Amino acid sequence: MTNYATHDTDVLVIGAGGAGLRAAIESAAQGMKTAVVMKTLLGKAHTVMAEGGAAAALATVDPRDSWKTHFRDTMKGGKMMNDVRMAEIHAKEAPDRILELEEWGAVFDRTPDGRILQRNFGGHTYPRLAHVGDRTGLEMIRTLQDKLVHMPAEIFMETTVTHLFKTGGRVTGALAYSRDKGEFHLFRAKAIVICTGGLGKAYTITSNSWEYTGDGHSLAWEIGADLMDMEFLQFHPTGMVWPLSVRGTLVTEGVRGDGGVLKNNKGERFLFNYIPEAFKNDVAASEEEAVQWVREVVAGKQATVRRPPELLTRDVVARAILNEVREGRGSPHGGVFLDIATQRKAEDIKRKLPSMYHQFVKLANVDITKEAMEVGPTAHYIMGGVKVHPETAMSTIPGLFAAGEASAGLNGANRLGGNSLSDLLVFGRRAGLGAAQYVRKNNPAADVNRADVEAAIAHNLSFFERKDAECPYALQREIQDMMGDLVGIMRTEDELTRALNALDKFEARAKKVSVSGGRVYNPGWHVAMDLRHIVQISRSIALAARERKESRGGHARSDFPNYDPKLAKVNLLIKKAEGRMQVVQQPRTEMPPELKTLVEEA
Amino acid sequence: MSNKMHLKVFRGDNSGGELRDYQVEVDEGMVVLDVVHRLQATQAPDLSCRWNCKAGKCGSCSAEVNGKPRLMCMMRMDLFKPDEIITIQPLQAFPIVRDLVTDVSWNFEVNKKIPPFKPKPKNPDGTWRMMQYEVDRVQEFRKCLECYLCQNVCHVLRNHGKHDVFFGPRFMVRLAGLEMHPLDDADRVKLMREAAGIGYCNITKCCTEVCPEDIRITDNAIIPLKERVADRYYDPLAMLFRAIRGKNR
Repeated sequence: MTNYATHDTDVLVIGAGGAGLRAAIESAAQGMKTAVVMKTLLGKAHTVMAEGGAAAALATVDPRDSWKTHFRDTMKGGKMMNDVRMAEIHAKEAPDRILELEEWGAVFDRTPDGRILQRNFGGHTYPRLAHVGDRTGLEMIRTLQDKLVHMPAEIFMETTVTHLFKTGGRVTGALAYSRDKGEFHLFRAKAIVICTGGLGKAYTITSNSWEYTGDGHSLAWEIGADLMDMEFLQFHPTGMVWPLSVRGTLVTEGVRGDGGVLKNNKGERFLFNYIPEAFKNDVAASEEEAVQWVREVVAGKQATVRRPPELLTRDVVARAILNEVREGRGSPHGGVFLDIATQRKAEDIKRKLPSMYHQFVKLANVDITKEAMEVGPTAHYIMGGVKVHPETAMSTIPGLFAAGEASAGLNGANRLGGNSLSDLLVFGRRAGLGAAQYVRKNNPAADVNRADVEAAIAHNLSFFERKDAECPYALQREIQDMMGDLVGIMRTEDELTRALNALDKFEARAKKVSVSGGRVYNPGWHVAMDLRHIVQISRSIALAARERKESRGGHARSDFPNYDPKLAKVNLLIKKAEGRMQVVQQPRTEMPPELKTLVEEA
Repeated sequence: MSNKMHLKVFRGDNSGGELRDYQVEVDEGMVVLDVVHRLQATQAPDLSCRWNCKAGKCGSCSAEVNGKPRLMCMMRMDLFKPDEIITIQPLQAFPIVRDLVTDVSWNFEVNKKIPPFKPKPKNPDGTWRMMQYEVDRVQEFRKCLECYLCQNVCHVLRNHGKHDVFFGPRFMVRLAGLEMHPLDDADRVKLMREAAGIGYCNITKCCTEVCPEDIRITDNAIIPLKERVADRYYDPLAMLFRAIRGKNR
């Protein structure tokens, strides 16, 4: 049998994006023996790519803002599918978490009176995003990283978890392998926090990097944790569309927050034609009103008129772009035009959006201070994830916690831009705290079954035993293309059924791919091991999408284009029963009256 | 529009290796990293390469392309002539793990030696205030992606291997970001002079030239830090003053 190293720890954090780092910091601060494993190097996780900012009602720019407005915006943006308590906690705690980062050395952009500057974003009533130009994520991850390295936590870089273990109904450990040596590591842990981010790599056109194969969702489901809201997938409206090799790369919503407008090939600001009934009162009725709003905001004044329709929520904008393209009003490469050149001065664009300027000059030969960008929807963020308790972030499996994109609840059917960076601080901290309290209270034994470990290792090595079978890269690409075609922005019953059938076949093929070369830093082997997760989370999306026979937020059905009031009363759970994936309707609890008033006050 | 291009890619590890030849189909708009990915997917599935964001924001895919240290994700293939041979090698200042991947763990060890941010007390109203003009210069340093291209070209590290006595340009930038932070209250001047070895830098500016974020490492970070060290340790007036009054600090 194959050797492996064994590590004993109180709390194991899987993933080192913002949520994982924040969870580890909290766990270590609580005196827990803490280990963090991550697929990449420290500081490279997807948080680093977040551009626009972190939403928190600091009210430094517009004193009318408060947690109540933030809560209401989050619920409205989530089409009332959110976990109400999580939305409340998030809105209340986000300001403290941002100020805490400042205490740890973060340097946000400043207001004229020396406080944290906030910018406008889609779905947020007031300027609410604390930011650093368009590299907010880098600032956050570096601040958290530099905080963590001075704390007593063990860090395992380029180490991928392939299996979780459960004993007596509790989570007890994880098997991982280190890429640099190709060696296996068993972590025996009293509590585990999943902070593995999303699953964009189930799609060909995505803003996500290779890492985001839904590992955390899949690993949790495998040991019986419930997933929730998996049908709600956010397609960011503005990804690059040209050149083809960068198709999907993110163009920050900050472009629109700072005045950028979307136009079709006739030069029309088409979003005026797509304003949903529920948002009619929040959005400018004419171009003149929208222009005035930008003028006031750029001058640093409180807006006296309504915001441009470009700042509608992402689900609405993405579907509008798709429709313009389908009806022949798209740009030459199948997107629409995002224009900030005619709206802002070149020096302002370079100061507030430096990495966008750089990205377009370098990759597309486009000077965004002079020309419009071509943009279109790109798979970006999964609202669904591991179902967690709103206070402690514990899943339905004792000892297993989740935070950030890997968890469900805060965002409902659609996430507002900026709520992710604040989510990972608020619930990353709560998950680290929840795990520490769980360990302190229960002091569970981390008694991993040796046979389980050996079976997991054997599975991982099985890919080397076959010679000249199917190539993992080609199969991964086939699955991604299928998901884009059949489980994309607009869905139908027939296509979803075809997707589920296709996934059964992919599952069988994924078990039989072969890998050449050795165990040291072998990317083909990594892809082979990821395929199982991609298939499983793709199935959870398709199953939930077929069950929800309505259109809501990040889930749109062309055969059921409207809201269904009955389905407004349920979230969909993905459960494991006799080894199979099952979708179950879970009735929502009634909103407490005081919060209901807040939402209805609008 | 696509055409075949000739690549030479390093295959091997720290014990040795070779530049292997590949012919790869290149499409319009592709960057060097796309070509490496195409190689993995079609001809060399076990070719090791580190990458993440593919948009110049994470600093993972550093390599030497035709001898130039670059982020592969931001280097377009149409910079090369159609018949040019393109050579891709790993960074030279660090041990090779395999193929294009190097062991950069030394950098993370160095970072731990730098005393963290230590904030001054808050204002009586419970807040801190910082003006934009005060943070502009710190924000320049905080753009650093940790791609380590500057470490790779620094001759103190690359040619002289002084990893045990010199932190390298990346961590001079980190130190500058802390030392010039308007709210920071720690003192790292002794560290800069001793453990960080700032005296080893003889301001050839190679680091500045390769920085993908255009941080003016030498002019804006290293030279001002050298001045702080000089003020503390080599200012003759101050030395005289200390000699007369005794070492009270």
